[in-house]
Amino acid sequence: MSTDDTSNVALELHDITKRFGSVVALENVSLQIKRGRIKALLGENGAGKTTLMRVAFGMIQPDAGWISVNGVRTKLPSPSRAIAAGIGMVHQQFSLIPAMTVVENVALGGTGTFSREEIASTLSDISSRTGLVLDPFAKVAHLSNADRQKLEIIRALAHKASVLILDEPTAVLAPGDVTELFKQLKSFAHHGGAVVLITHKLSDAREHADDVTVLRRGRLVLNEEMSATTDESLAAAMLGSSRDFSTPQRKSIPSVSTTVVSVRSVVLADNPRRSPVSLEIGRGEIVGIAALDGAATSLLRAIANRVKPLSGTIELPERIGFVPENRKDEALIADFSLAENLALADASSRSGVMDWNAIADETTEVIRAFDVRTPGNEVSPAKLSGGNQQRFVLGRELRGRPALLVLENPTQGLDLNAAHFVHEQLGEARDNGAAVVFYSSDLDELADLSDRVLVVSRAGVISVPPDRDNIGRALLGTDGS
Amino acid sequence: MSAVESFLEGAIRTATPLAFAAIGETVVERCGVINIGLEGAIIAGAFGGFVAAGSGSIWLGFLGSAAAGVLVAAVFAIITIRVRADQIITGTAISLFCLGLTAMLYQQLYGATGAALSIPTMATTEIPVLASIPVVGRALFAQPSITYVLYLIIPLVWWWMYHTHAGLAVRATGEDPRAVIAAGIPARRIQILCVLFGGAMGGIAGGVLVIAQAGSFAEGMSAGRGFIAIAIVVLGRWHPLGVAAAALIFGAASALQYFFQALGWPVPYQLFLALPYVLTLCGLAGIAGRAVAPASLGRWPDQT
Amino acid sequence: MGAELALVTDALVRATPLMIAGLAVALAFRGGVFNIGAEGQLLVGAAAATTVSLAGHAFFGRGVVVIALAAAAVAGGCWAAIAAELRRRFRVLEIISTIMLNFIAIYLVSFLVRGPLQEPTHIYPQTESLPAAARLPILVPGSRLHLGFALGVAAAVLLSWVFRKTAIGFRIRATGASPLAAFTAGRIDVSRTSFLVFLFSGALAGIAGGIEVTGVTFALYENLSPGYGYTAIAVALIAGLNPLGIIASGIFFGALETGASALQREFAVPSSIASVVEAALIIGVLTLTAIRNRRVPGRAS
Repeated sequence: MSTDDTSNVALELHDITKRFGSVVALENVSLQIKRGRIKALLGENGAGKTTLMRVAFGMIQPDAGWISVNGVRTKLPSPSRAIAAGIGMVHQQFSLIPAMTVVENVALGGTGTFSREEIASTLSDISSRTGLVLDPFAKVAHLSNADRQKLEIIRALAHKASVLILDEPTAVLAPGDVTELFKQLKSFAHHGGAVVLITHKLSDAREHADDVTVLRRGRLVLNEEMSATTDESLAAAMLGSSRDFSTPQRKSIPSVSTTVVSVRSVVLADNPRRSPVSLEIGRGEIVGIAALDGAATSLLRAIANRVKPLSGTIELPERIGFVPENRKDEALIADFSLAENLALADASSRSGVMDWNAIADETTEVIRAFDVRTPGNEVSPAKLSGGNQQRFVLGRELRGRPALLVLENPTQGLDLNAAHFVHEQLGEARDNGAAVVFYSSDLDELADLSDRVLVVSRAGVISVPPDRDNIGRALLGTDGS
Repeated sequence: MSAVESFLEGAIRTATPLAFAAIGETVVERCGVINIGLEGAIIAGAFGGFVAAGSGSIWLGFLGSAAAGVLVAAVFAIITIRVRADQIITGTAISLFCLGLTAMLYQQLYGATGAALSIPTMATTEIPVLASIPVVGRALFAQPSITYVLYLIIPLVWWWMYHTHAGLAVRATGEDPRAVIAAGIPARRIQILCVLFGGAMGGIAGGVLVIAQAGSFAEGMSAGRGFIAIAIVVLGRWHPLGVAAAALIFGAASALQYFFQALGWPVPYQLFLALPYVLTLCGLAGIAGRAVAPASLGRWPDQT
Repeated sequence: MGAELALVTDALVRATPLMIAGLAVALAFRGGVFNIGAEGQLLVGAAAATTVSLAGHAFFGRGVVVIALAAAAVAGGCWAAIAAELRRRFRVLEIISTIMLNFIAIYLVSFLVRGPLQEPTHIYPQTESLPAAARLPILVPGSRLHLGFALGVAAAVLLSWVFRKTAIGFRIRATGASPLAAFTAGRIDVSRTSFLVFLFSGALAGIAGGIEVTGVTFALYENLSPGYGYTAIAVALIAGLNPLGIIASGIFFGALETGASALQREFAVPSSIASVVEAALIIGVLTLTAIRNRRVPGRAS
């Protein structure tokens, strides 16, 4: 079947563009989804895959471009329209209501009176057709991940979907369930359905998909039949080449003399089933943390002493600087002046009278040293640009000469100058003996800045050399793990 | 009437306005909104009912109550659901405002002249055979007709909530508005409609106070019932039948004073007056067991 | 004394409880606690002050006033502690619990003045009058203006200083402005800070009640407070929660209410004009604040 054959195109997206503020999530992306075939949609974190499929499902309205269903131009202003057009979506964070039963979740979106028995019989029809079996009256909260996924698929089928979009379906499944899932999907395609599989896992895509499309930074970079590609060509398409601006040359690999942070067999509340984590961070090194979709947030915050582990021990130095990702809400208080925000850093240890004059002087000094563009000390941080806010926060956290500095996505949303400046500062802090730990969703940044990289996943923590390819493959699961 | 009978009759009488307000608030909270302005809806309903009943018709009076309640709820809905301001602060502001406004309006319209305005009050209507049932007959079936409306509304709301798609959508919205939107349901519209319904019920509760009980309006006569109703919703675990039972318990607690008076036990009456408020505190603390609130109560979804 | 001077001093007398309770509300709100319970805290403070004054004036002489006010503070703090603990332990909305406690306080006072504390002849629902030794001294001879007004102004100045100049005041303000940032960036114990703020707010409101009893009413009775605790919310909000501003807004409301009473006496204009102005101000300011802060300060924990 050639890719020019358009008679079996179930759903087509034409020149879709979408911006969120100043960030371009999708740029002129076109996609054909064909009946009877499974298409893999590949790309890194933030490449735009989920955004594109949300457009296809009517959850997001594109700024430009249009959609056609079965060759007919269609507007999809809401998910209910998409569902009516035969498009079903199995979301990454399931869109099920845990407190409700299977039947109730399938019934969502109907009208009139609601008969559990009727829906139960629809379910048993689908069961006999597809082999997907679930207890209709079980509460979703008690279902395993594999069963929840089955439920999402059954729900799409109950609404007569002819196009099935699955967002990272294998992320939460055990290997046996993965085989079962793809059996179902192949059967669905065999009966004339179309499947889109959004995934990070190159191996899954290569094994099961008929066609493949790769997105990178919101643009379409590859669109072919799977048989015409290789592992390397796909990985190269996904990861691309290094970015333009370079970080100041790293000094010679420092010898790690003293341990600053010691994490031993720690289990965190947000992921109690992950195997206990152990790691060490020493003076004078920058450690980058790579992870998918926030898997490392809790660990990072535990290292920053903002979150307590469920079990295990963490030994930390006294002075810790922390630069969270959400500057606006977690690092700064909009109602306070810059000077007051500076005083915030050691607010808990101050006592007696506040010497506002001294604090004002310190603020001026930080503004000068970190080149913060601001009309003065007394303005609210809300008046500053993102880059200047970050310079200020970094200056504040470095002021106390912390032994440990923890950062989340330190250059996200910053202009090149500010990002460059942040990297310089981190390098300098490291050279002065601090331990620096940072999480970044940007592989280039991890590769450029870190002395070593830790990849955090469901399996645990693995150490990888700080170069793009190694980090990328470890995250994608193509390094054999 | 024996002491037990008058106690039960008093319990139902006291419970009626609480149940109206609480059943309305149950629907509201099931869709994820907490309306602290309920107190405002009740006092507005009391005043609105008072004014409308001045026309001579009792049912017009209740219509006026409901309308006043809906108006208050509409203001709340616009500020919180459309403008997305904080529900708690807005609700409090609305309650305080309605209390002050109704007081002033009453003084303006009726107080300055010093005339005690009288309105038609709703008398008790006995239901022929049922009222003869021993012990509970008079308590349940010798009440003002509006109470019988309540008897119909409770099972109706219960059936609607669990056996229609609309009710399912409301319950789902309170659990996870994002999942509901992904399923194609207009979450915001549902929330607005539920809030208006809650306002109507609160208004009618105020109407009951004026038209079926006191016979006249008095400043602040809602006496915190809106807040008590919120506790009743917690105690009743956000389920229509549970809420009805909890309202009855509160009514019984208040009616205990008549019981003790009839028996001649010398307990200070202030204890009984304070009891509903103490019970509210206990109910809110979940002393009757940790209840599971609708998962999304009081929070807003981050719309994409 | 002249009629004009009487009006002025009456306004200041009326302003005193509004001002002090307003400070209590401002302290709470600045710290992220929605204490709507100033009314009840004020009443139990008044009850405590009355009890101590009557029981202790023989023993302590003039000094009993100090002890009475201290007792008022403790009583108000304890009353607030109930709501504070419910908030901390059970996440009970303090808006509701404090309003419930307001009602309970009213009935408590009613019980006291009709029961254990009732005056010896057992005719009137009120306590004995406080003897002269237990009363606050008068500031302007011939008027009713008592020391309590000066105490209120002093409290406002002190609170202003605490907010602007002290570390604890800074932590309170951070907690109220953004509990998330206060915790994440400032490492502030948000839970403990708001709990303490709640208690001190209650204590301050209690003192307002104690001052009203020892300075104006000289006895405890039902309807001692015509809603001072609720008006205090408006007083605090109009002043932008600024303690020095509360001196001004307290006096403004005092003048408004005294004037309204005078208007009613002279011209039969309903005195509730004052309450509607206040109510409109409350809703205006609260709504604007609500729109500005789309999440409730102090509830994220």
